[in-house]
Amino acid sequence: MEKAISVKAMIEEKKSKAGIRRITEKVIPFILFLLAFVSVLTTAGIISTLVYETVLFFREVSFTEFFGTTELKPLSPVEPKFSILPLLTGTIMISLVAMAVAVPVGLATAVFLSEYASDSTRKMLKPVLEVLAGIPTIVYGFFAFTFVTPVLRELIPGLQATNALSPGIVMGIMIIPMVASLSEDAMNSVPNVMREGALALGSTKLEVTLRVVIPAAISGIIASFVLGVSRAIGETMIVTIASGSSKNLTFDLTQSMQTMTAYIVEVTSGDAASGTTAYYSLYAVAFTLFIFTLLMNLLARYISRRYREVY
Amino acid sequence: MKYIDLDTVNKRMTTRILINKLVKYLFLAATLFGLIVLAVLLYRVFADTIGWLNLDFLTNRLSTIPENAGIKGAITGTLWLMLIVGPVTMILGVGTAVYLEEYAKRGRLHSFIQTNINNLAGVPSIVFGLLGLTVFVRVLGFGTSVIAGGLTMSLLVLPIVVVAAQEAIRSVPGFLREASFGMGATKWQTIKNIVLPAALPGILTGTILALSRAIGETAPLVALGIPALLIPIPSGIFDNFTALPMQIYYWTLDSVLVDEYANLAAATILVLLIILFLMNSVAIILRNKFQKRY
Repeated sequence: MEKAISVKAMIEEKKSKAGIRRITEKVIPFILFLLAFVSVLTTAGIISTLVYETVLFFREVSFTEFFGTTELKPLSPVEPKFSILPLLTGTIMISLVAMAVAVPVGLATAVFLSEYASDSTRKMLKPVLEVLAGIPTIVYGFFAFTFVTPVLRELIPGLQATNALSPGIVMGIMIIPMVASLSEDAMNSVPNVMREGALALGSTKLEVTLRVVIPAAISGIIASFVLGVSRAIGETMIVTIASGSSKNLTFDLTQSMQTMTAYIVEVTSGDAASGTTAYYSLYAVAFTLFIFTLLMNLLARYISRRYREVY
Repeated sequence: MKYIDLDTVNKRMTTRILINKLVKYLFLAATLFGLIVLAVLLYRVFADTIGWLNLDFLTNRLSTIPENAGIKGAITGTLWLMLIVGPVTMILGVGTAVYLEEYAKRGRLHSFIQTNINNLAGVPSIVFGLLGLTVFVRVLGFGTSVIAGGLTMSLLVLPIVVVAAQEAIRSVPGFLREASFGMGATKWQTIKNIVLPAALPGILTGTILALSRAIGETAPLVALGIPALLIPIPSGIFDNFTALPMQIYYWTLDSVLVDEYANLAAATILVLLIILFLMNSVAIILRNKFQKRY
């Protein structure tokens, strides 16, 4: 008889626990939803911060001054000038240099790894690229400033101690692994039957690569370039260290140029007190930067989706 | 009548094959370019470090005299930072991943959160720094403390952990879940007792990778206004701190004034790279050791 009681007790116990369990089952998803919502809040926080302070900035500085003039003197005591154009040209010039390095080298690396290298070579080389991708940008900044710039100054006489060329090149090196691995993924997903078909018709490997594989993988390859540009635009430490803080509008790579990111660093670590126009200009520049990188990322996703060839 | 002129064919084939061979070496050279740059970079850091990296350098406080300067403060600061970033990203990241993979219905909300995370991954780190400056430093009044830096970094690397955890959870086979349900377990019991333990190696790997990203990030710390001065060594999450990358940043900038600062920067870089190397080794070991095949 004793056993029956204990079974009854067990059932009772089970029932009392079931209540708690039912509540847990209801509460847990809600808690998890809240955790997942933090990422949404982060985006909302970024956008609202940027928009709020940017609106304050445009109360004091006109839209036409910001985008239409060419002088940037945020901390000048008399008549400070706020134009984003010097920063935009700086950003674009340095990104162009970076892409001039990253696109050919990255694409060639991808072709070698996906079309030419044997499995064992690929297994050896890929980790090296991953290491290159994992090095913190501050280390690249150090490298650009203390090594690449002095070397380039030996070669190019007019090169200044801080210039656009050296950080551009180093940034390109930093982006190579990204372009290479994304392009390689795209090329790897081209089915082998297409390569074999072309080879059977008598093409050489190079012709297969150029006429079959790359055209078939072009959406992924272009997307990797666009993501590379986005990375270059948002990169901060290399340019802050090696490119200086000249705010002149110039296209001369041997001169110091300031990018949008480097400007943000300068103003946040400088003397611009909270509430001044120079302080608000920081957010206007950051907002522009945010829009640029967001558009690039969306564009990359659009390209890889829209133009993907499905086999 | 001759349809094929063998001479022309041979001539063309020779050049085509020659070009193919030459270009192969060009591609190889491009691939080796990265390797060479890596070698030069490491050589450069090692060469500058020789004679500077010793026990004193690790245990001394900051000093304006290069010979006496050490990075104890920066190392402690970085450790404190990791102490925040680790747990915070893990809780947020795994929570988000479990919600997206196990609970959320595939619909608007799901794709909205997913797209949002993908977009966050592409936002420049300096913008996260501004968010931290506005929200944590100014509005919540944390100042340039460990908690402000840690939370900013956590948000920055959150997408990495979420994506890694999602993949880990997705790779847990369905029959494990079904077996658990079949035994009468509830959904949460299944997740807690079956899915998460099975996904743990992947989650840990992702968290370590996120930490190794956070440990080297400089831009957000600069934006927050983290100093690299002689400040008391932090002993709590509300203390001011400095971190290894900040130290590298200031020493690199000041190497224009004092040559030896370049050596100090190089030595700090080496310490940072060694830490990164160790963390990545742990991640790889974890991945290989616990990689179960179902």
